Amino acid sequence: MKTDRRISVQREDFDVAAEVAALRERDSRVGAVAVFIGTVREMNDGGSGRASELTSESESGSASVQAMTLEHYPGMTEKALEAIVAEAAQRFDIFGATVIHRIGELKPMDQIVLVAVKSAHRGDAFDACRFIMDYLKTQAPFWKKETTKEGAYWVDARESDDAAAARWQSSPDR
Amino acid sequence: MNVKVVYLARLREALGCSEEILALSSVAPTLADVLAALRGRGEPWSYELGEGRAVRAAINHEVASADAAVCAGDEIAFFPPVTGG
Repeated sequence: MKTDRRISVQREDFDVAAEVAALRERDSRVGAVAVFIGTVREMNDGGSGRASELTSESESGSASVQAMTLEHYPGMTEKALEAIVAEAAQRFDIFGATVIHRIGELKPMDQIVLVAVKSAHRGDAFDACRFIMDYLKTQAPFWKKETTKEGAYWVDARESDDAAAARWQSSPDR
Repeated sequence: MNVKVVYLARLREALGCSEEILALSSVAPTLADVLAALRGRGEPWSYELGEGRAVRAAINHEVASADAAVCAGDEIAFFPPVTGG
């Protein structure tokens, strides 16, 4: 079955309603669209190397993010996203997916990433949307650098993200 | 033979290098040989690309492990674990 795919790595913001409308356009098979939007949080989680330095100022070890810069690996990023969507289409009954990831400088509350999946029923739409995000977090070559009052820091990878992606390996037939 | 080596994100900043052409002398080299050549330069290369560091690699835009073969003209990338999304 043909799966509609739209993959974009871009500096510009995206219009969620327009993207969902484009994904659904003239496709009467669709009974469910699941959408995930990732946005820039103002409070960071504190990198492993600096959480302790900040505890005197902030008990939680977090600092206010003024800006976030997203870097990627041109050429590999698009390929990795294509592969993740192709894998989702193999695992779930979906008709198509849109994945948009922004790069460059972003501010708190800006949109970072959009994953929208269309399917006949909600189960596959929800599962494929989550699968794509979980894999994107661990496989797609993007890196975040946060700027706070204390300086600019590369965000550390999280073990919880690896665990989220690994979950799909232990239940391939979901 | 020559390969192109690309460094990304935190690694690029720590090494002060975004890309370079590297000449390899070994026969039938692997990614491990590339790493060994780079670590042989001393600090900061030996530390940043050292055994205990979380460094990922790709050959021609595909994730690769240390035993992967390297060919002339390949683009090899080293980068930290990814943090997008």
